[in-house]
Amino acid sequence: MKKIEVLGTGCKKCVTTAEQIEAVAGELGIKVEVEKVTDPAAIMGYQVMSTPAVAIDGKLVHSGSVPNRNKIETLLKT
Amino acid sequence: MLEVFTWLANWLVYELMGLDPTSKFGTSLHFFVEDTTKIFALLVVMIYVIALMRASLNLERVRHYIQQKPRLAGYGLGASFGAITPFCSCSSIPLFLGFTSAGIPLGITMAFLFTSPIINEVAIIMLWSLLGWEFTLVYIAIGMAVGIGGGMILDTLKGERWLKDFAAKAYQQAAETPQGDAPAPEVPILTFKDRHEFARDELKEIAGRIWKWVIIGVGLGAALHGFVPDGWFADNLGSGQWWNVPVAVFAGLPLYSNATGVIPVMESLILKGLPVGTTLAFCMSTVAASFPEFIMLKQVMQWRLLTTIFVILLANFMIVGWLINLLSPWLFSGFH
Repeated sequence: MKKIEVLGTGCKKCVTTAEQIEAVAGELGIKVEVEKVTDPAAIMGYQVMSTPAVAIDGKLVHSGSVPNRNKIETLLKT
Repeated sequence: MLEVFTWLANWLVYELMGLDPTSKFGTSLHFFVEDTTKIFALLVVMIYVIALMRASLNLERVRHYIQQKPRLAGYGLGASFGAITPFCSCSSIPLFLGFTSAGIPLGITMAFLFTSPIINEVAIIMLWSLLGWEFTLVYIAIGMAVGIGGGMILDTLKGERWLKDFAAKAYQQAAETPQGDAPAPEVPILTFKDRHEFARDELKEIAGRIWKWVIIGVGLGAALHGFVPDGWFADNLGSGQWWNVPVAVFAGLPLYSNATGVIPVMESLILKGLPVGTTLAFCMSTVAASFPEFIMLKQVMQWRLLTTIFVILLANFMIVGWLINLLSPWLFSGFH
């Protein structure tokens, strides 16, 4: 099971990002655990400057926008 | 070239709808149609073109660039990049921490954050088309001055003492380790297709966010234009007494708008005889000092720092207002 963290201080785009990842994972039948990280210190720990950002199993994989469908699929499959 | 929009409004409002060009409603509607069509057309073209050019500019590169420069230049750079970097206000906390944890002084980071809401491509396009280039240049100079001045004062007061503990620690750590030889972030290599996709997404994002502000702003501006008699402000609020400026700043505080919504209102206020400095003070206060933004910064700052920043900003707006009122006979000789 993949542990996915959506990093962001709570704006609308972060919520959208989390929802889309869950939706795509559901369709592909991949088990994921999506968590929204809003703690500024935790976000700083990832050295992210533009949110929403996505980390999978503790590794930063995307930042600065709501990832599109293709990008989410690639991220989930690797 | 922009007369097209006047003709369009003439045709639509006076000919097609048959409204009387001397009636209050007729003038208001004409103003509304002309300004909204003009602004939307300009915005769509310009946001796209500008996004094409800045597709490869990201915050990591900006941060690295500022780090390499001497501190004094940093304030100007912080404010300049605040003006040109694509940046959504919901990213201000990560940006703040990203800069701070890289050892960039608080004042420079805040110069970026102060200037960012005041100057951006949308604001400039609207000012240029509604109020002309003289006014636009003055506006840019003021926005930069507010950012640079605010940042310098903050550092003089040693504002970093009042950061939240974790942020203060990160700053100190970075300040102790030399950053000079940090490798430069990669410059992304973009094809035209990448740039086009970036620009298209930016256009969609920005237009989706601001269209209602344009309608509200121009709507208010149009109502003022049609229903408030010329010279009303001069007759009722006095013209340019010193206390007008602080009143305008405090009146702008509870109003929360972005530059897009306020600029069309500014146009009408000035045309109705409100002094330019007073109008600008009102506009800055509405745009750059918003409570939601301040509440967000609370996550990384103690109350003391937040209050200090707030007071500095208000003082800056008032100084700007007084100064421009004083200078406006020379600055805007050809205006109106």
